[in-house]
Amino acid sequence: MTKPRTKIVMTFVGWGVAFLIFFPIIWMAITSFKTEIDAVQTPPRLFFTPTLENYTAVGDRVNYFQAVYNSVIESVGSTICCLLLAMPAAYAMSFYPTRKTKDLLMWMLSTKMMPAVGVLVPMYLIFRTTGLLDTKTGIVIIYTLMNLPIVVWMLYSFFREVPKEILEASRMDGAGPGQQLLLLLLPLSLPGVMSTALLSIILSWNEAFWSINLTASNAAPLTQLIASFSSPEGLFWAKLSAASLLAIAPILVFGWLTQRQLVRGLTFGAVK
Amino acid sequence: MATVALSNVKKSYGDVSIIQGVDLAIQDKEFVVFVGPSGCGKSTLLRMIAGLEDISAGELRIDGAVANDVPPDARGLAMVFQSYALYPHMTVENNMGFALKLAGIPKAERDAKVMGAAKILQLEKLLDRKPGQLSGGQRQRVAIGRAIVRQPKVFLFDEPLSNLDASLRVQMRIEIARLHTELATTMIYVTHDQIEAMTMADRIVVLRAGRIEQVGTPLELYHFPANVFVAGFIGSPKMNLTPVVMKSAGANGATVVAPGGGEIFIPVAPTAVATPGSAATLGLRPEHLTLSDDGPLSGTVAVVEQLGGETLVYVEIGDKILVTVKLAGSGSVHVGDRVKLAVITTEANLFGSDEMAMTPLRRAPVAGKGH
Repeated sequence: MTKPRTKIVMTFVGWGVAFLIFFPIIWMAITSFKTEIDAVQTPPRLFFTPTLENYTAVGDRVNYFQAVYNSVIESVGSTICCLLLAMPAAYAMSFYPTRKTKDLLMWMLSTKMMPAVGVLVPMYLIFRTTGLLDTKTGIVIIYTLMNLPIVVWMLYSFFREVPKEILEASRMDGAGPGQQLLLLLLPLSLPGVMSTALLSIILSWNEAFWSINLTASNAAPLTQLIASFSSPEGLFWAKLSAASLLAIAPILVFGWLTQRQLVRGLTFGAVK
Repeated sequence: MATVALSNVKKSYGDVSIIQGVDLAIQDKEFVVFVGPSGCGKSTLLRMIAGLEDISAGELRIDGAVANDVPPDARGLAMVFQSYALYPHMTVENNMGFALKLAGIPKAERDAKVMGAAKILQLEKLLDRKPGQLSGGQRQRVAIGRAIVRQPKVFLFDEPLSNLDASLRVQMRIEIARLHTELATTMIYVTHDQIEAMTMADRIVVLRAGRIEQVGTPLELYHFPANVFVAGFIGSPKMNLTPVVMKSAGANGATVVAPGGGEIFIPVAPTAVATPGSAATLGLRPEHLTLSDDGPLSGTVAVVEQLGGETLVYVEIGDKILVTVKLAGSGSVHVGDRVKLAVITTEANLFGSDEMAMTPLRRAPVAGKGH
């Protein structure tokens, strides 16, 4: 039993940490309703007349809905590709492990430790040669590759929660690998697969490095749209904030709606 | 018709040898039980027959045809797992009908077969439930039902009752035995529980460290154990295995010196190792010992277990050597009593220094089991 006082302290600490993490977003939201002049005041002004001029300016300058559309296609598309590739891989590694399986997983993860900029030039050249620059296909491919290690890892650990005997029983019943995956593993680890998909969507949605470097207009997602506000004519804090808020709004709403699923999936198995 | 034949079957993982050459022929409609301590390879052997483990060497024949590389579902076998391994997200009905569905059997026929199996196992009312809503015994029955639905040539059971509580285990034991009679199918059953083996099997296969120690009917194993291991494994309470010294050996039997100096003549055919002065093991079932005024063994009563219908008396006959005596009724023996024990020598087993049994000479052979 925790003491009531400890509980109160913990509650405050919890709220404090949450506020700290959320503060930049609040600040950005507030800034987006200021005029450009108010936005650059030091010390910052807490009281000001709110305005929507930044939002209309953003709407005038860029095609917001095109960018949302691109972001949705690219993040969902790459997530679907990821799952299609990762599920068979995770199935094989969970249920038919070899001595090298752990090493293989480690190696896959280690690719995430490499700074992306290290392969920017070769990737750019490959994209240029193959005509993938500024195409949604290109971005889907690069996001798929980017998230594949994490998706395999997560699916691997979720699949390992499924008792081996269940798959063995299905083998006796005549289920091939595909049927085992679709009829048993997928439904049995659905919360895990869902949260993996959600995480992959969020990571792709928020990705900026590749989208800024490999897209211009046709395939530009929201991250690229935000970046376009911090360039040639100098910084416009208020407009940048407005654009950013518009960019994160869809994923924020999405995350809010799916947070239960997400938390359940990410802590699934951790408490076992 | 379903026979299973293993010839020199081996299993190894790298350098580790799990099954070291098993030869066994299982007859049609036979109930064969693999029994042995944990780690003896009995489950591995069953899984090799099922097709869930590769066979490293040797040959497996099902109905005469080599089945080493036949995929599990094509072998015509059904398996019941220790953990039941039901599909948790499917109803009982779908669990039982899964194999038929995969085989593309039309729904009407599927339903009829599932219903038929459900009737045999009294699961009709549970068909819409999911495994999570069932008790252990019910889950076990669904697992068996899932096997029955497929009308397999051979049923494989991998310790199916070890997750159930004692009373349920007895009940399911009877149900499986009844099922065997009803379905008239070959069954292979793995257990570490020798009581399950004794009560259910037509033939028992005793395994140790990947080798067959003995194959025989329950009573053959009980009365004619081939070696010390089988003698100690089969029977409850366990056979008393007392170290003795060979005194003399002849055509009619052997005389041994028991702890405490008592001499016993046992009518067995001595083997080559039974030289005078060599060590041997005397195997005495608790019911073949009686308290008497005169006997070759003597000691002090250490523990008395009153079971009502019978009494188990543990007598210390030498340094830390306890001998179990089973008496009918609730005897009037007390802890600390000095007692003498008489031996029914025709029922005594003698094992040489190589731990192998010497053939009893004056014991009635075991009658065949009434199946």
